Amino acid sequence: MRRFYYVAHGVAWRSVHNTFANPAIILPSIIFPLFFLAAFAGGLSSIAGVPDFNYKPGYTAFQFAFVLLQSSAFGGVFTGFAVARDFDSGFARRLLLCAPQRSGIIAGYAIGALVRWFVTGTCVTVAALLAGMSIEGGGVELVGLFGLGVLVNIVAALWACGVAMFLRTEQAGALIQMPVFIVLFVAPVFVPLSLLTGWIHAVARYNPATAALEAARGLIAGSPVKLVLAFGLLAGAIAVMSLFARRGLASAERAG
Amino acid sequence: MSHASPAIEVEQLVREFRKGPRAVDGIDLAVSPGEIYGFLGPNGAGKSTTVLMLTTLLPPTSGRASVGGYDIVREGSHVRASIGAALQEAALDAILTGREHLTLQATLQGMPRSERAGRTQELLERVGLTEAADRRVGGYSGGMKRRLDLALALVHRPRILFLDEPTTGLDLQSRSALWEEVARLARDEGMTVFLTTQYLEEADALADRVGIIDHGHIVAEGTPAQLKSEIGSPSVEVVPADQSECGALVARLEAFGTLARNGRGAVTVQIPDGESQLAEIVRVLDQAHLKVASLQLHQPSLDDVFLAKTGRKLEGAGEDEDER
Amino acid sequence: MSASEAVVGAPGGISLAVPSLFDQVGAVARRSVVRIFRQRALLIFPLVFPLLLFAINGTGLAAARRIPGFPDVNYLDFALAIPFIQGALFVAITAGTDLARDIESGFFDRLALTPLRGSALLAGQLAGAVVLACVQSLVYLGVGIASGVGIASGFAGVFVLLALSILIAFGFAGLGSLLALRFGTGEAVQGFFPLLFVTVFLSSSNLPRNLITTDWFREVATYNPVSYLIEGVRSLIITGWDGEALALGFGFALALSVLTLSFAGASMKNRLVRT
Repeated sequence: MRRFYYVAHGVAWRSVHNTFANPAIILPSIIFPLFFLAAFAGGLSSIAGVPDFNYKPGYTAFQFAFVLLQSSAFGGVFTGFAVARDFDSGFARRLLLCAPQRSGIIAGYAIGALVRWFVTGTCVTVAALLAGMSIEGGGVELVGLFGLGVLVNIVAALWACGVAMFLRTEQAGALIQMPVFIVLFVAPVFVPLSLLTGWIHAVARYNPATAALEAARGLIAGSPVKLVLAFGLLAGAIAVMSLFARRGLASAERAG
Repeated sequence: MSHASPAIEVEQLVREFRKGPRAVDGIDLAVSPGEIYGFLGPNGAGKSTTVLMLTTLLPPTSGRASVGGYDIVREGSHVRASIGAALQEAALDAILTGREHLTLQATLQGMPRSERAGRTQELLERVGLTEAADRRVGGYSGGMKRRLDLALALVHRPRILFLDEPTTGLDLQSRSALWEEVARLARDEGMTVFLTTQYLEEADALADRVGIIDHGHIVAEGTPAQLKSEIGSPSVEVVPADQSECGALVARLEAFGTLARNGRGAVTVQIPDGESQLAEIVRVLDQAHLKVASLQLHQPSLDDVFLAKTGRKLEGAGEDEDER
Repeated sequence: MSASEAVVGAPGGISLAVPSLFDQVGAVARRSVVRIFRQRALLIFPLVFPLLLFAINGTGLAAARRIPGFPDVNYLDFALAIPFIQGALFVAITAGTDLARDIESGFFDRLALTPLRGSALLAGQLAGAVVLACVQSLVYLGVGIASGVGIASGFAGVFVLLALSILIAFGFAGLGSLLALRFGTGEAVQGFFPLLFVTVFLSSSNLPRNLITTDWFREVATYNPVSYLIEGVRSLIITGWDGEALALGFGFALALSVLTLSFAGASMKNRLVRT
């Protein structure tokens, strides 16, 4: 256990250090979510005028929930890029050679992703509040909201690590990113599920991201919905992705 | 050097960059038509910068030079028409095939359409790339890329060829093949070759004359033999099988030249007349029934020349800086 | 003596005619087009990604049709203009990274040693971008029509739409080339992609400008030239023949092309350093 901790600590430290020491890495991961918040909440605010669009906190809060979870997911994705880069440069081999407890490497990357997201999430939240977002939920609800963000981040980071370790090249970037992008966007991003029509409604109904999104919006509105489903799905996804990442690690170990 | 007009003539050529010292600091040189001129120096010495100026890709800060009879500054387009160049990077398009590269080059050089295919095939055969001609260059080995690079430089039948470290990174076989082709170009086609290299053996094997450059200055120039003889004559190092016979060995060898003994029990004699004395030394030792554990002939190398002129050895003297 | 007859050569060497501008552009264009079609990722990703967004946003925002004042069309029809603009961004990045790769690898120097004119090099590189834009536009149009989108301007409008979208892509390709020539690295070119992406979002891409209720956003969209490019393409799909929208669309596309190519030409002179 101790060795696991030391390895995770070392990898996490490096991940955090490299992220924050390099503006080219940290700035886009902060700026993009802010931009999406501005573009969606600002540019599409008249959507709230559609009949049957009933979300009390308003459209800014409606979009804030999506942007928060999206930034969380992409925080995990960016960590996968870093893992892929480490394999391309050969640094990952060094890690595999010296780490006495190799699962700690995955944990370290995931912790690094989480720390990065804490910064991003804070910036997005402050920006939304400054833009006049109204939060009707209390302290407990907000803890639940950020808890959802933490779990989404872990899921995405484990997925990204797994893919990166299976493919071991920076060209895995598209494969890491696209599924996450699709899962996030085939959900009630712009309007509630009840206002979606056609194939997207059919898909969004069964998309796990919908549960997380609706739970997040419910927590902001102070009327929690689908919490058990959302947290349950995310916990299940973490279990599955942990296995996936571990398999990826085993594949990387076999490749040498 | 012959008395015909030089194919390449350089007078006090200087290149300064905004940040850093002068990469080329007032060099003078002249290369005769049909000569292979080896430009030898460590990394950062100014070799590639000189080539870039002579091939018109970099304007000089001051000084003048002519290539093929044309001024490199005022008559750049004529210079480019007269030369072929294979620069430090092979600079190929990984997506195109070898044949497509040559066709593109031929088109851009103004070759008539009716001649392009024939010239392309001729060059592919010359450099041994016919089988790989229609494969993408991305799949070529380093040696194949260098051969294609050379072929591209020859498309328009230039009279003067610039080769900037053409064998760096190649295996021995590829290197030898390239040397053979360069020597053949000069010998059979009378091509003037300006070759930069950091490999002593390359300059030694190929060049008719060598210019040694260090920190932007030419520190020595001449044929390899002339340069080496300036430093000293060859020497023979003999280690007797029986150390007690050292005295007898010394007595026999001192007739050939200046002696020196080193701490390893060997006796070294400088032989002013060169390797021709080696057979005589062996005969004398044999007649005296002196058994030797080893007998080695040491030739002064261009590295020794570099050491004598700069106080540093050429190998390992390179600084890690951009020449451009 | 015409350019194609001018001859240069060394004394005693072989003299070759300086190739005509047409030959030079043709040779570089051929290479540019071959490169595009041999790199499937360059073809597939710019096709798939905008169409994916079209599918998702086109249906995800279908409810926007119920906003009072929204044009009387399906949101899918409204949204079809966006892939053409997003595709143009990909064309910009492709053109730019291709040229930057040549500069970084030294292939640019190889070309500089030939009689190739800078203008011919630029024009030839852009030919590949134009071909890519053609393919993209045809695919977007085909997918749109197959999805049930009606082209209000009819058969003739299709040709005008293709012409406008190709002109837009050409202008963006000029921008990509300018970035490549100015900065010389693929990384720098790709670093601008997010900025270009942002300009598409901060426009009337998702809603008509008059329905954007957030004041600052509406102002930005009004001053953003991309809004007029989108509106020009969109007018052919949902309105028919809107003279003002077309004039603004073609006007901005032409201005973008002229501006970017002028600056790219100047940068080419600086980059193609030859004595």
